[in-house]
Amino acid sequence: MRMAELVMGIVMGVFSLYLMWKSAELPIGWIAGEGPGGGAWSFWLAAGMLACCVAIIVRWAMRITPESRSEEVFMTRRTLKVFLLIAGALIAMVGLFHIVGAYGAIPIFLIFYLRFMGGHSWRLTGGFAFVTPIATFLFFEIALQKTLPKGFTEPLFLPIFDFFY
Amino acid sequence: MEILSLLLNGFAIAFEPLNLTLIVVGCTVGLFIGAMPGLGSVNGVAILLPMTFLVPPTGAIIFLGAIYYGAMYGGAISSIMLGIPGASTAVATTFDGRPMALKGEADKALVAAATASFVGGSVGVVLFTLFAPPLAEIALTFGAPEIFALMLMAFATFIGLGGDDIPKTLFSIFIGLVFGAVGLDIVSGEPRLIFFDIPGFFHGINFLVLAIGIYGIAEMLWTIEISQGEVMISQATITVRRILRNLAELARTWKTMLMGSFLGYFVGILPAAGATPGSLMAYGFAKTTSREPETYGKGNVHGVVAPESANNAASTGAMLPMLTLGIPGSPTTAILLGGMVIWGLEPGPLVFTDHPDFVWGFIASLYVANLFALLINVGFIPAFIWVLRLPFSILAPIIFILCIVGGFVPTLDMHDVWLMLIFGVVGYLMRKLDYPMAPAVLAIVLGPLAEPALRQSLLISGGSFSIFFNRPFAGVIMVLALALLFMPLYPMIKNRLFKKSSENPD
Repeated sequence: MRMAELVMGIVMGVFSLYLMWKSAELPIGWIAGEGPGGGAWSFWLAAGMLACCVAIIVRWAMRITPESRSEEVFMTRRTLKVFLLIAGALIAMVGLFHIVGAYGAIPIFLIFYLRFMGGHSWRLTGGFAFVTPIATFLFFEIALQKTLPKGFTEPLFLPIFDFFY
Repeated sequence: MEILSLLLNGFAIAFEPLNLTLIVVGCTVGLFIGAMPGLGSVNGVAILLPMTFLVPPTGAIIFLGAIYYGAMYGGAISSIMLGIPGASTAVATTFDGRPMALKGEADKALVAAATASFVGGSVGVVLFTLFAPPLAEIALTFGAPEIFALMLMAFATFIGLGGDDIPKTLFSIFIGLVFGAVGLDIVSGEPRLIFFDIPGFFHGINFLVLAIGIYGIAEMLWTIEISQGEVMISQATITVRRILRNLAELARTWKTMLMGSFLGYFVGILPAAGATPGSLMAYGFAKTTSREPETYGKGNVHGVVAPESANNAASTGAMLPMLTLGIPGSPTTAILLGGMVIWGLEPGPLVFTDHPDFVWGFIASLYVANLFALLINVGFIPAFIWVLRLPFSILAPIIFILCIVGGFVPTLDMHDVWLMLIFGVVGYLMRKLDYPMAPAVLAIVLGPLAEPALRQSLLISGGSFSIFFNRPFAGVIMVLALALLFMPLYPMIKNRLFKKSSENPD
């Protein structure tokens, strides 16, 4: 935990410097007749972030915060495995949104999560994998007219839209 | 007396069968739209606006007003049950509502949210009835310096939100404000902070993307870590006796409810402010002024009551400048205003004299809608609790899907979904290191309001910060903000002085 606290402080400090540099692409000083330049607000806020990171690192060195004193492991092997598995599944689902669309990705994710991670029966898994996309479609696309990505399955939905409209 | 007779006439209009039906349908539809992550009252009102052409203008505004109210109630449902803010106005409800649900007190949190919403709505509508024109005039005197002072006061309360680690809290505020600045510069129109030239950043970072990332994805990852993937079922139960006991316990929160209601109402009437800043500020004030600030964020019922009373009061307040001055106080009221124009009505002071049936029918319908929204909401609580009893291994993937779809829907851009995933993962890692996340969410909401106010003020004063102290309203708010800002330091200084004096008694 102690090492993680330091690493996070340094990473966020570097990110603050990047934000300051990025903000300076616009004027950060006073412009006559216009007031503060477009980059001033974000530049000084990022400078504030950097100052906070310095304070966090100083407090780490002085062992003031509980995290800076903790000898606990930041992530156990088991936690890391579960974290990677879920984060990976979410990334795969969002990636599949681009290819097979929401209505292909959602059942795949549900089957993976319910059957292989949750250990539920095929009957329950199949039920959720079948009903969830239909409910999502009816609520978002038909009732609220919010179009979700469909990837290459787009043409398959044209007859359904013809039916509803 | 004149107001009373006009109001009674309004009630006669609101209780007409068609209008009453519209109120019930509007509240129910609004409740469900508000409960869906990523969708809020603005979506409900916008989507159903075309349907209002089928009824007279009075029925139309009553219907849309009921949707607005229903959505305000509904926003709390997914915040409490799933930890995902149903709407921007319900972000602050997540802070304590979700921990209450995890402790098996979802019923108490839902009843608290419904009751506080009712109180907030009632206070708001009474203030609306009695003081509409003078309050609208006061709101108009608020210029850029006053708005910035108000925003600074809100930020000052954030310091109290973050716990003891002030550098981490300040970092959280700053990063939220920087994310709020992504997009196009409001003055020059030039692109600002467009990371790696990705086009998705041109429309800025929608605060719901950050909120769902942190309170949806990160929260779920956190819960899964705690449960270690084991089957977990919420202990939530509901009985009539529990509801009555919860209501009795809520009586102790009346001060917080009233504070939230008045604060929310006043922030609501300010042009361009709306219910979201109102609810966030109410939460901050409740925590700052509490005797047990350390219990906030861990399932304190006051943390649910304050934002919920404020957002409902603010939603009523936001209608005030719309009706009296023709200036919308929130995105939803902007659509209502558009509707009024389409229906052939001209918003402004004359609407009270030219169309009294319309105005007073609408005001009376707010009283009725408030009551129906409460009844419908409480009626559905057993169904919501039933959902919570599902095993966590079933709920988790459904919540993840709602997060992904909820992140996509506001802008219909997959860029936002990827961003939300990044915020979720980074938010989870930061949470493990005790970085407070709530201030970042609050800052990304208020940043786009604070920056233009600061820049306009400095432009007016030629760069002098004295403008924030020269004007009476701004000066008072500034002093209050500075007092709030230094309040967390007081116990620290006091402890040090006490320690020194006890070490050196001479």
